[in-house]
Amino acid sequence: MIVELGHFALILAFAVAIVQAIVPLVGAQKGWRSWMAVAEPAASAQFLLTLAAFGALTYAFVTSDFSVQLVVLNSHTDKPLLYKFSGVWGNHEGSMLLWVLILTLFGACAAWFGGNLPPGLRARVLSVQSAIGVAFFAFILFTSNPFVRLGIPPMNGQDLNPLLQDPGLAFHPPFLYLGYVGLSMSFSFAVAALIEGRVDAAWARWVRPWTLAAWLFLTVGIALGSWWAYYELGWGGFWFWDPVENASFMPWLIAAALLHSAIVVEKREALKAWTILLAILAFGFSLIGTFIVRSGVLTSVHAFANDPERGVFILIILGVFMGGALTLYAARAGTMEAKGVFSLVSRESALVTNNILLAVAAFVVFIGTIWPLLAELFFDRKLSVGAPFFNAAFTPFLVALAVIMPVGAMLPWKRARIGRAVQPLIGVLALALAAGALVWTMQTGRSILAPVGLILVVWLVGGAAADVYTRTGRGDLRSKIRRLTTLPRADWGKAVAHSGLGITIFGIAAVTAWQQEDIRVAQLGETFPVGVYEVTLNDVLREAGPNYSATRADMTVTRNGRVVAQLYPEKRNYPVAQMPTTEAAIDNGFTRDLYLVIGDPQADGGWAVRTYIKPFANWIWAGCIIMALGGLLSLSDRRYRVAAGARKAVPGAVPAE
Amino acid sequence: MKRLILMLCLLAAPVFAVQPDEILDDPVLEQRARELSRGLRCLVCRNESIDESHAELARDLRLLLRERLVAGDSDEQAIAFIVARYGEYVLLKPTSSGANLLLWIAGPGMLVIALGIGLIYVRRRGRPAGPDELSGDEQARLDEILKP
Repeated sequence: MIVELGHFALILAFAVAIVQAIVPLVGAQKGWRSWMAVAEPAASAQFLLTLAAFGALTYAFVTSDFSVQLVVLNSHTDKPLLYKFSGVWGNHEGSMLLWVLILTLFGACAAWFGGNLPPGLRARVLSVQSAIGVAFFAFILFTSNPFVRLGIPPMNGQDLNPLLQDPGLAFHPPFLYLGYVGLSMSFSFAVAALIEGRVDAAWARWVRPWTLAAWLFLTVGIALGSWWAYYELGWGGFWFWDPVENASFMPWLIAAALLHSAIVVEKREALKAWTILLAILAFGFSLIGTFIVRSGVLTSVHAFANDPERGVFILIILGVFMGGALTLYAARAGTMEAKGVFSLVSRESALVTNNILLAVAAFVVFIGTIWPLLAELFFDRKLSVGAPFFNAAFTPFLVALAVIMPVGAMLPWKRARIGRAVQPLIGVLALALAAGALVWTMQTGRSILAPVGLILVVWLVGGAAADVYTRTGRGDLRSKIRRLTTLPRADWGKAVAHSGLGITIFGIAAVTAWQQEDIRVAQLGETFPVGVYEVTLNDVLREAGPNYSATRADMTVTRNGRVVAQLYPEKRNYPVAQMPTTEAAIDNGFTRDLYLVIGDPQADGGWAVRTYIKPFANWIWAGCIIMALGGLLSLSDRRYRVAAGARKAVPGAVPAE
Repeated sequence: MKRLILMLCLLAAPVFAVQPDEILDDPVLEQRARELSRGLRCLVCRNESIDESHAELARDLRLLLRERLVAGDSDEQAIAFIVARYGEYVLLKPTSSGANLLLWIAGPGMLVIALGIGLIYVRRRGRPAGPDELSGDEQARLDEILKP
């Protein structure tokens, strides 16, 4: 019964979405306030109805209702409770439901907290947001209904894919969707602005927090996925340039560009048309990502839907929204004349360069991702584009971005003198180069990767520190500290996020350049050296988990006779899903991870054992978390809240459109 | 929803990627084999190199590659040998021949174009555009806002 109610709620939400997509838009065009006012309660209703549908599906999973097909395919009574919850979105249908739940949540947030928006703009934004909702409700209801019942319910389910039974992966999709779908808000704002034909500083101020939120969720989501791959797949890879990873990475890059260009619109009223285009493209890439994951057009290690019908449906959604928005853009972008004047050397120009690098980097990822498709279609060549291509083609952009970042961040607006602006950075530059040179002479290998990584991290973190320091101005220590505490949070956010990028870059460079690997057959009780450590295989035992059986090794890592870590790598077998997984044992450290994997028993009684020393591996994800924290700091900036209050105080100033 | 397909590979052969018995005695040769196998694709696992893959086929390819290296092939010869048998699909790094040239120059080409457009835009912003007075629309809006 509850499942049917959920299905019914979803259909109702679809109906409400149709109303919300049409009525407020017409109201805004005609200036009918009562029609515009429909948007707000409709957005709330849509969200609550979708929440009810999602709740019903969750209920079916938690109570293991095996008359529901989706539950049978993705659950089992023995599964731990956390994974009964995460099983809801660990499949195509359920994850689409989560997708629209987040979509309607963002719409409802715009309705609840958008009281300071001009009524016309708000009505249009909510209409466009709801139009996206209509498309995806239709997609779920007509092609991927999660509430399908079975005539003859089986006794038990087929269990969730064991690889997904993991805390890191339980939260990876929700964060990723918060990011993907968050970009729909920027899209709605962009289209609403195009319909209105006005983009100003206030518009940018409203768009920026949404983009920032989406970007920071996307950062966390991507980091979670990469961290999961690192510890779960058994060889410690963290990024594979897989089409589906690229699908989440492209919106991230475009969102990062959008964040920065919106600053220019907000502060200087320039780059308007470009910012609108980025907002449209960012969501476009989100949709492309959805299409790639669920159509099976591009072979990816993430197999999700592989259903051509669904792929075609998403392609139609993509075509309608991108085609519509870009046509509107072509018609209206010309009217968005820029106002701000700035010279060649200025913060504005630096941000233009930032945007060029990020956008072209996204383009490189895009073309690399779809090239196999194009090559087969037009040149009849079946080929692969893998990590070596992306590493070669993408990395220069990242390095260039990191090189200009501290300089750009310190340039003043409008007109700058380069010599004066970079003066505080000379010390940082010297330090960075010295650190790089030192590592270059110390390391035995031929790789320039690690020195470059170190130079960049010192340059970025030092540059951010120098930026914050110069903001404290002249004067004695006390006045400096006072200024430091009153510095806007957005400035702190900038410094923190930029440092985070440096830390991630260093982590990637260090682990790639300095990783040590040892593969061997070890007898029970045998000790073998790996790098500066000695590893002992003490014992191998068989154990039973809640829904799996495990082979568990007991291993000791020592250094100069002192015990560093006691580790228990496992190999699990999930009998219901008939699938083995490796559970690497990792000793996380500040400067290195010790990464142990136990393999198969050998004929001579030994065990295959893999040992890795991964220097600075944690820095990759620490950097991502720091970047997200920077976004959070910036999001909590005072002006987003105070400006909101100031607007409310003068309601008469907002013209009725 | 990551790497579910890996399941297929795992099911096929629940083993390690590079196994202890595959490793060559000569560390220099082994190092070369590892480098090369990172650039070759496992044909049954999607988008994984044979160095990372657990599949049986990847193991065969690794052994084949090592055989060729032991037989005295250069890196290029060994790769050419495998490409001749499995097609250019096995190359994770596409060649720059023919149409693939487009792929390789797409990034740098786009960068040059974008920088050119950016430069033109920035230079134009250097000059104040048009008169400083408000346009008719703006004046009307200002009047509206300033209306008591």
